[in-house]
Amino acid sequence: MRYIKFEKIAQIVESLCVSAGYELPDDVLAALKEAQRKETNPGAAKILNQLIENARIAKEDKIPLCQDTGLAVVFVEQGSVVAVKPPELDTICLMPDTRGSGDENRASRIEHRETLFDAINAGVAAGCEKGFLRKSVVADPLNKRENTGSNTPAIIHHSIVPGDKLKITIIAKGGGCENKSQFRMFKPTAEREEIIDWIVDVVRTAGADACPPFVVGVGIGGDFEISCLLSKKALCRNLAARNEDGFYAELEADLLSAINALGLGPQGLGGDTTALACLVETAPCHIASLPVAVNIECHSHRHKSAVL
Amino acid sequence: MSEIKKLTSPLTQADVRSLKAGDQVSLTGVIYTARDIAHKRLCKAIDSGCELPFELEGAIIYFCGPTPARPGRVIGAAGPTTSSRMDAFSPKLIANGLKAMLGKGYRGAEVREALKKYGAVHFSTIGGAGALLSRYITSAEVIAYEDLGAEAVRKLKVVDFPAVVAYDAQGRSVYSS
Ligand code: SF4
Repeated sequence: MRYIKFEKIAQIVESLCVSAGYELPDDVLAALKEAQRKETNPGAAKILNQLIENARIAKEDKIPLCQDTGLAVVFVEQGSVVAVKPPELDTICLMPDTRGSGDENRASRIEHRETLFDAINAGVAAGCEKGFLRKSVVADPLNKRENTGSNTPAIIHHSIVPGDKLKITIIAKGGGCENKSQFRMFKPTAEREEIIDWIVDVVRTAGADACPPFVVGVGIGGDFEISCLLSKKALCRNLAARNEDGFYAELEADLLSAINALGLGPQGLGGDTTALACLVETAPCHIASLPVAVNIECHSHRHKSAVL
Repeated sequence: MSEIKKLTSPLTQADVRSLKAGDQVSLTGVIYTARDIAHKRLCKAIDSGCELPFELEGAIIYFCGPTPARPGRVIGAAGPTTSSRMDAFSPKLIANGLKAMLGKGYRGAEVREALKKYGAVHFSTIGGAGALLSRYITSAEVIAYEDLGAEAVRKLKVVDFPAVVAYDAQGRSVYSS
């Protein structure tokens, strides 16, 4: 068994959150620059320039790329021989409560510095505080909607993989674009074109509200929840990398051209650049089903990874 | 690029009438931030005849919830949030004197009607450029609903803040339908 210290995990998550807030990943910046070079609409090219400039200012002046520094969506792949070493008793300190709000939980805070999920949440909370990121999470969705004050809990997707490493990927996901994501159950006999049309329509509906140019994550297959998860997981990929399966690589290319043919453009004000990339992930599914999910991600596509 | 129209808040009826969808503008003066819950509270205050935290007549509301300011800074990142989430509330504020809103994306039919009926406009600014836009903000002060944190109402002073007229008072829009 390989033990990784709780604090080490929290520290890495903290730094991933902070760097996500301030530094646009290289693949996204490269895609913006490429789009700017190719854009034929002068207004659109100007906006793309402003987005590139925004990334420069964010990094140099330490101002977050966007005021919505996002909900921390964390994909964690835990090697089968990796375990978390909880903090020594004498290093335990009070952490912001990540499981609810209000002081009635004060006593329980100490117990919650134990698991991998606790370490991730501790890192997200520390990143939010030290990185001057926005606290964008409410504890109760419908009734009280009180802010948790720590940007936690994070959304954590965990899987066990072979090996002795721990891979953590964080997507700082904005609310404006997430709100435009959609799911649809197709008939198993649906044609490729039917699915393309629907995805393009989801993007059209997202429109100016979700801060185009987008990165469009698509999940096909699995079941109701797996397709949605895949559409989010697709966003972890480098924008320049195509699906390894030729059929889906071609689908990605066709989707991207169909989406860009919308003419929506940056900020929805017209142009050739409606999306920077379209990323498709798939999974086996039931003979009766063909679930498809589209996750709309904005140009402020903040994804960061680390391997421990 | 067309020339940029300079506007100073509070806006007058004449200012508003002179604008048409697609115009590039720059805003100088005071603007107030408000998002979802703040809008709900402002509308409740109007319904119950309570005093509002700021003068609505001629005002510009910015749909924005900034990140916390680092020590010594005025504000953090401060770009626009999605305007349509405020659609249910904006008509009431427009009827009570609000002259302009600043956000990103589309507005619904009721808002567009209210813009025409009362003479008001909706501006869009660059979504996701919160670092860049923060440079046009020279001061920020929470003036109401402090409990809402990032969503509190802030009085911002801005200089040459860039925006485009997304919906004008004649019913035109910069967005192709
Ligand atoms: S959609 Fe993205 S870029 Fe736009 S405000 Fe939200 S997080 Fe920022």
